[in-house]
Amino acid sequence: MTRRTSYLALAILSVATLDACRKKPEAAPVPAAAPAAFDPAAAQRRADSIAAVNRRADSLAASDASARRAEAARAAAELSTLLAQRVYFDYDRDQLRDDARAVLDAKIPVLVANPGLTLVITGHTDERGTAEYNLALGQRRAAQVKRYLVSKGIADERLVTQSLGDSQPAAPGSDEASYQQNRRAEFETQGAGGALRKPGA
Amino acid sequence: MTLSLRCTLGALVLALPLAAQDTIPRGVRIGLSYDPGTRPGVVVLPAGGAGSDSIRAIVQRDLDFGDRVNVMALEGREASPAGGPNWPLLAKLGAAAAVQVTPTPGGLHLAVYDVAKRVTALIKDYPAPAPTDVRGWRAAVHGLSDDLEESLTGTRGVARTRIVFERGRRIWIVDSDGEQAMPLTDAGSPIGAAWSPNGRSIAYSTYVPARIVVQEVVSGSVRTLVGGSGVYISPVFTPDGSALVYAHGVDDGVDLYTIGLNGGSARRLSVGRGSDNVSPTFSPDGRRIAFTSGRAGHPEIYTMDADGTNVDLLTPLDFGESAYRAGADWSPDGRLVAFQSRVGGSFQLLTINLRDRGLRQLTSDGRNEDPSWAPDGRHLTFVSDRSGVKQLWVLDTETGRARQITRGAPVRLPAWSPRLGAD
Repeated sequence: MTRRTSYLALAILSVATLDACRKKPEAAPVPAAAPAAFDPAAAQRRADSIAAVNRRADSLAASDASARRAEAARAAAELSTLLAQRVYFDYDRDQLRDDARAVLDAKIPVLVANPGLTLVITGHTDERGTAEYNLALGQRRAAQVKRYLVSKGIADERLVTQSLGDSQPAAPGSDEASYQQNRRAEFETQGAGGALRKPGA
Repeated sequence: MTLSLRCTLGALVLALPLAAQDTIPRGVRIGLSYDPGTRPGVVVLPAGGAGSDSIRAIVQRDLDFGDRVNVMALEGREASPAGGPNWPLLAKLGAAAAVQVTPTPGGLHLAVYDVAKRVTALIKDYPAPAPTDVRGWRAAVHGLSDDLEESLTGTRGVARTRIVFERGRRIWIVDSDGEQAMPLTDAGSPIGAAWSPNGRSIAYSTYVPARIVVQEVVSGSVRTLVGGSGVYISPVFTPDGSALVYAHGVDDGVDLYTIGLNGGSARRLSVGRGSDNVSPTFSPDGRRIAFTSGRAGHPEIYTMDADGTNVDLLTPLDFGESAYRAGADWSPDGRLVAFQSRVGGSFQLLTINLRDRGLRQLTSDGRNEDPSWAPDGRHLTFVSDRSGVKQLWVLDTETGRARQITRGAPVRLPAWSPRLGAD
C-alpha cells in the first residue's frame, strides 16, 4: 500500500466513525400502564390488530415463497431450454460447426451439475437423399454430438443416440432455409426427477 | 408390316410322352415369330359371359403394360362375328394373334388364334376364385396374362406381381397394374420393405423402436428378428431365403450385418470404419452384394463378396461437392445395377453395366428415386415427383415408356415382388 492510499483509507474510516457517533441512541421502551379495568372493546381491537398483523405477515411470506418458486421455475426452464437447444449441420455432413460446439459447450455445466440426468440425442436430416442413408446420417450426427460431450467429460452411459432420418422435418419447405432447419440434432432429458440444479448452486 | 408366322405348336407338344413333361417350360410356347424390333400385333376379342368385359380390359392392359406385344383395339362384332374370328380383317390389320378369354364356372378359358394359319393355336383352362374375391380373381386373370405373354413372345409377363412401398407411416401393397392398393401394416414407423424370394413374406425396419421385422403377407403375422439401440435399416433377404442382410449402427458408423431367419446371432459383414453402409442388394447368384457407402466422404455404390471381403467401388468416383449415388438394386438377370444419382440438384435413375461399367441415364423428368427391378429384368418401379407429388411409376427400360402406378398421398421406397403364386 502506498502512503497516499493509506491516508485516503484513514480519512474514509474517520468519516465513517463520525457518522456512527451522530446516530441517537434508541429511546428506552416506556413501561405499559397497568390496565385499569377490562375493556372488551379494547381487547377486541387489540385482537383484531394482532390478527391483521399476522395476516399481513402470512401474506408477505406466501408472496415471498411464490416469488421464490417462480424464480426457481424460471431458472429451471432456462436450464431446460439450454439443454434442449438444437445444433445444426452442413449438407451430408456430421462434423460439428463452431456454432454447434458453442451450443454444446453451454450444456456441459448443466449436465455436470445434474449427474442423474440422461440426454437422448436424436439426429435428423433434410429430405434430400435416400430415406435409408438419411437414417444412417442422422445416427452419425447424433453419435458425433455424443463423442464431443464425452470428450468434455460427460459419462458415455448418460448419452443415448438415435435417428429419425428425414421423417420429422422441423420446417416443411423444400428450400435451403428449411433444409438447414432440418439438418439438426435434438435433445431430450430423462431422469431429471424434479427441478434441474443450477451449475455452482 | 410383314410378319412371318411360324406355328410350331400344339400337336407336337401334346404328343410328347408324359415323363418328358417336367422339362417343358411352364406354359405352352406358340412360336409366333416376328421381325426383330417389332412387336407382334394382338387383338383381344370380346367374349360372352358375365364379367368377360372386365376380363378383356384387364388382359388388354396387362399385355400393354408388358411392352412386348402391340395390343390392337378392335371393337364388337367386326372382330369376332358369330362363327369365329374375322380372319380377313385380322390379317388386314397385321395382327399376329387373336385372343379370347371366357369366364367358366370354375375359372377362365383361354383361346389363342394364329391369324396367318387361321387356326386355333392354344386352348387352356385356368382355375380362378369367384369374382367376389376381388384380389384372388384379379391375380388369376393376371396369371393368365403372364402365361399368354409367354406363349406369344417367349418371355413370361410380370402382371401377377405386387409392389410394396411406404406411405403415411405404413407399408402398403399394390398390384402391378396399380389396382388393389391397401396398407399391410398398422401405423408406426416402418421403412424399406423387401420381399422374400418366395413372395410370401416381407422384411422391413422400424425406427421407433429400432428393429427389423419379418411379416407374412397373407396372414399378417409379424415377428421381430433383431433390434435395440441405434438404427436398424434396409433389410434384404439372401437369394436362398435363409437369412437377412441389413444395416445397423449406434455410435461408430452404420455397417451391414447378416442374421439367419431361424435364429442365431448377427454377424457383421462390412468394415466401414465409422462411415455409413446401407441399402444392400444381392446379385442373383447370391455371391456379391452391392450397397451404398459413405466411406469416401459421400455416398457411392460399392460391391463386396457376400462374406464382406473383396470390396470394390462400383460407380466411378465423383469428387464433386454434390456427388450422391445411392439406392442400388441388382437386376434379376445379374447384368445391371440400377441406382439413383444426383444430377443437377435433383436425382435421376441410372444403370451401370457390371461387365463394362457402362453408365446409362434412364430418367430426366422431375426427381426420380428408389429404383426396384421387376422380375423380368426389364421394368423398373421407382418414385417420381413428375406429376407434382411423389408417386410410384413403372419404366420400361427398353422403350423408355413410363406409367404411373399410385395416386394420392406421397409414397417412397418401393420393392417389386418376385413372380407370385396363388395366395
